[in-house]
Amino acid sequence: MLVQDVLSLAADPAGLLPARQQMAFTLGWHIILASFGVAFPAMIFVAHWRGVVRDDATALVLAQRWAKVSAVLFAIGAVSGTVLSFEMGLLWPGLMGTFGDVLGLPFALEGLSFFVEAIFLGIYLYGWGRMPPRRHLLMVVPMALAGIVGTFCVISVNAWMNTPAGFRIVDGEVTDVDPWAAMFNPIAGWQFAHMWLAAYMLVGFTIAGVYAVGMMRGRRDAHHRLGFLVPFSFASVAAVLQPVVGHLLGGGLGDRQPAKLAAFELATTTESPSPLRIGGLLVDGEVSGALDIPVLGSLIAQNSFTAPVPGLDTVPVRDRPPVNITHWAFQTMIGIGTLLALAVVVYWALRWWRRRDLLERTWFLRFCAVSGPLAVIAVEAGWIATEVGRQPWVVYGVMRTSEAAGSYAGLWWLLATTVVVYTGLTAGAVLVLRSMARRWRQGQHDLPSPYGPQTRLSDEHPGREEP
Amino acid sequence: MTVELVVAMAMFVGLVAYAVFGGADFGSGFYDLTAGDAARGAELRTEIDESIGPVWEANHVWLVYVLVMWWTGFPTAFAAAMSTLILPLLLALLGIVLRGAGFAFRKFSATLSQARLYGALFAGSSLIAPFFLGTAAGAIASGRVPADGQGDRWSSWLNPTSLLAGAITVACCAFLAGTFLTADATRAGHGGLAAQLRRRALLVGAVTGVLVLGSLVPIARDAPTLAEGLTGRAAPLIATSILGGIGALVFLLRRRPAAGRVSAVIAVASVIIGWGAAQYPWLLVDEVTIADAAGAPATLRALLLVAALAGVIVIPLLVYLFRLTQSEQWARD
Repeated sequence: MLVQDVLSLAADPAGLLPARQQMAFTLGWHIILASFGVAFPAMIFVAHWRGVVRDDATALVLAQRWAKVSAVLFAIGAVSGTVLSFEMGLLWPGLMGTFGDVLGLPFALEGLSFFVEAIFLGIYLYGWGRMPPRRHLLMVVPMALAGIVGTFCVISVNAWMNTPAGFRIVDGEVTDVDPWAAMFNPIAGWQFAHMWLAAYMLVGFTIAGVYAVGMMRGRRDAHHRLGFLVPFSFASVAAVLQPVVGHLLGGGLGDRQPAKLAAFELATTTESPSPLRIGGLLVDGEVSGALDIPVLGSLIAQNSFTAPVPGLDTVPVRDRPPVNITHWAFQTMIGIGTLLALAVVVYWALRWWRRRDLLERTWFLRFCAVSGPLAVIAVEAGWIATEVGRQPWVVYGVMRTSEAAGSYAGLWWLLATTVVVYTGLTAGAVLVLRSMARRWRQGQHDLPSPYGPQTRLSDEHPGREEP
Repeated sequence: MTVELVVAMAMFVGLVAYAVFGGADFGSGFYDLTAGDAARGAELRTEIDESIGPVWEANHVWLVYVLVMWWTGFPTAFAAAMSTLILPLLLALLGIVLRGAGFAFRKFSATLSQARLYGALFAGSSLIAPFFLGTAAGAIASGRVPADGQGDRWSSWLNPTSLLAGAITVACCAFLAGTFLTADATRAGHGGLAAQLRRRALLVGAVTGVLVLGSLVPIARDAPTLAEGLTGRAAPLIATSILGGIGALVFLLRRRPAAGRVSAVIAVASVIIGWGAAQYPWLLVDEVTIADAAGAPATLRALLLVAALAGVIVIPLLVYLFRLTQSEQWARD
């Protein structure tokens, strides 16, 4: 790949848009399941730990049910993650052919952590009643740790696309490759922290929401309280830390990726000090319908009362991202994140200082029920903001996304097929998980498969009511 | 030995592991598919759940390992293969997705009719995935993936070597699974099931042998570079594979399925290693050598570390997992 090519303003190949939509769709789907893979084991561990160490039967039942849920979610997460591995090469041969040996190392290490996760998942899921309880409990720990390492590795590659490091381009050739410098690129750490917390928010609020719905329907037993509190506590810590981490990640964005910051802030021109522009649409170069709060833009984005957000007019037209999508996605993420952080602060503040429990209030349970979907939207919006905001580059400042795409006809068919298959997978997962919850409510415990001898899959645990 | 050769070998070890263990998981789909109606197939399907349930995700990671080692160590050859072979790889991917989801959904489905649907998805796609992965391997082995990645999107995998390789891959998976399941059923004390599986594994083994022997001449005509290697450098490995296959059949006949399983693993592993040895030094046969395809030296050195970590961390853990699943305590009802 020659630099002239890299820098040329080639017309977008026909395969570019469907490839981008394909990647966005499959990644957007997988990130939900990946979040469960990262954050769920820690919550299962807490429940299981209470069950075993504190001899809490309610907690043990929760851990057993969550383990079964994770069996379903992790299985489809494993295969939808494999889809992404293939797509890296199938959709982006220009990226992988040119930079595979620059960005690949963290992926290879991620593969190892995926091994560790999958091995201990197998042991954990099938270990109920087959191992000494405390050793069985310990099997969750490597899963949780591997999830952390894996998250760092994958996010580090995306961070590298934003802040490329670990190579030079000389006479059109990639040279002086240092995969470690690429892996530990400038924003890898903060971007990892941001997504790691996001995973805990997504999973914590989602699971807590399930039990909030149960409480709304009158199931106010210890099972539902604990099932709510464990994930909600994780989500609370993550939600409070997230604005801080997000702010630290955003620091310096104006220097690293001025076009992205300008799009985030909908800054058409460089203003000193810059306002915080809420909402609004850019139409024909003019912003309409925005609410400007003076000075706040400079304060948040640049940590300064005067330093301006560089305007889009400082960026050549061909290097600008799609502004409206980026701006709205960014502010959706910020808005939801702020709302969720405020909500958990209110909950815990009232609980600790006023001795008032908002779980008694239907409106709060309603809010908790939608907090999971809100967190999902925030994660999706965050990914849209950072990915669309990086356009037209796949490797910021080095390789355009159009250079990375392959030359395929018929990629729209692939996207259509993928949408059908993934819709089927989503429906299947929802149906199976709902049927599991229904059978648990009916007092079934082990959920034997509907085929096969009913005694086979059972194990001896308290709480089993019928075969 | 050069760094890139060691990395290529580390990648290839992953491929062998995937073929053997991932292959056995896929192959169980064949017995699931042909197990009969819900009542008759109940015992076998439950056995398959128990047998591959704890291990299939770990075994599946070998595929991810091979992909990341390939694109990190040999990026241009990876991009070329992905571009040319997009169709069979997408079809294999569809199989992989439906297999995993179908397997997980079936176990927890509420009704028999849902379990039937997911079971058919699981079993059918268990055969689709290895077939198309086999055709992709055949395309590379027969020199149909050009270095620039602009190979024909259809004839690259719709040709004698690819199609035979796909069929052989499916047959080998089914044979492996037959020996694994027979051994598992025997250990669990399910005598009737073990006898039924043993009969079918023997049949599959015989068909596999005939298929492999019948493919030799067409593949030799279609893929001369590969054929030269198979009859030359790789001949001892091919002989080992044939002996392993015969041994597996003999052990099965003599009702020693555990030994038969080992023998089948040797047969499949040595034929895969034989393929690698036969096409050495090519990464993409007749197009790109391992040395030419090698990525940046610093990255290859880092991959040596990854391979070493895999050897120190992953292999012992896999052994632990396999030992647990094969232990008396886990086999009991």
